[in-house]
Amino acid sequence: MYLNQFLLLAAALFSIGVYGVLARRNGVLVLMSIELILNAVNINLVAFGAYHGQVAGQVFALFTVAVAAAEVGVGLAIVLLIYRNKRSIDLDQVAQMKG
Amino acid sequence: MNYLPQHIAFGLLAVMMTLSAIKVVTSKNVVHCALYLVMVLAGVAGIYILLAAEFLAAVQVLVYIGAIVVLFLFGIMLTRAPIGRSRGLDNDQRALAAMVGLAVAGLLTAVLLDGFGDQRINITEPQRSADVGLEIFQSYVIPFEVVSVLLLAALIGAVVLARRD
Repeated sequence: MYLNQFLLLAAALFSIGVYGVLARRNGVLVLMSIELILNAVNINLVAFGAYHGQVAGQVFALFTVAVAAAEVGVGLAIVLLIYRNKRSIDLDQVAQMKG
Repeated sequence: MNYLPQHIAFGLLAVMMTLSAIKVVTSKNVVHCALYLVMVLAGVAGIYILLAAEFLAAVQVLVYIGAIVVLFLFGIMLTRAPIGRSRGLDNDQRALAAMVGLAVAGLLTAVLLDGFGDQRINITEPQRSADVGLEIFQSYVIPFEVVSVLLLAALIGAVVLARRD
């Protein structure tokens, strides 16, 4: 198998995730797009681990999974708090800190 | 060694994941987005199997499909998102975002094709879960402990943020 086929699939997922982060304005959907990006990173880590015949790639992918779980937990708590305060999770309306 | 079955499986998974990922970022229904996200995450687990990373595939199914997607569904329900089709999920910079996404994709593709032209992955035997465990607890003990402290901090932070006073 080619190394590039995995890397190109991950690049496609990453780009779709970038589009989602930029184009969505529902807070939960932005977090989902971030998950797409993190999974693309994990595919890259595991592919390079297999390429070099080392387990370290998998170990780092495991760490990324743990960090992603923490990120979703805190992110959804923040989205819930925004909803509770503004009755909406439209990210375009969260502009209090805009100068 | 002939990798034809792996290539067929990869092709099917890649098509499924790409189409589902596009639906995640374009669907008008929030719940459908979460379900398409499940398709993408399951495809990633399949890719891990193809790369002989069986432990990580199990972790992917347990943590991502089992826990994180459920968390997303709770987030959708608790914020009372409209369950049916709804407009206003996208902002008014979709064209710009599509341009940025295509630019990132083109740039990454060019760099990857240039850098890793026809390098091959030769998987002779699966990477055993025992090897992953040994690697974590021999070479990466301190990062492992840091990640566990990070998870604890995130847990406490989420509880503090979400509780009502």
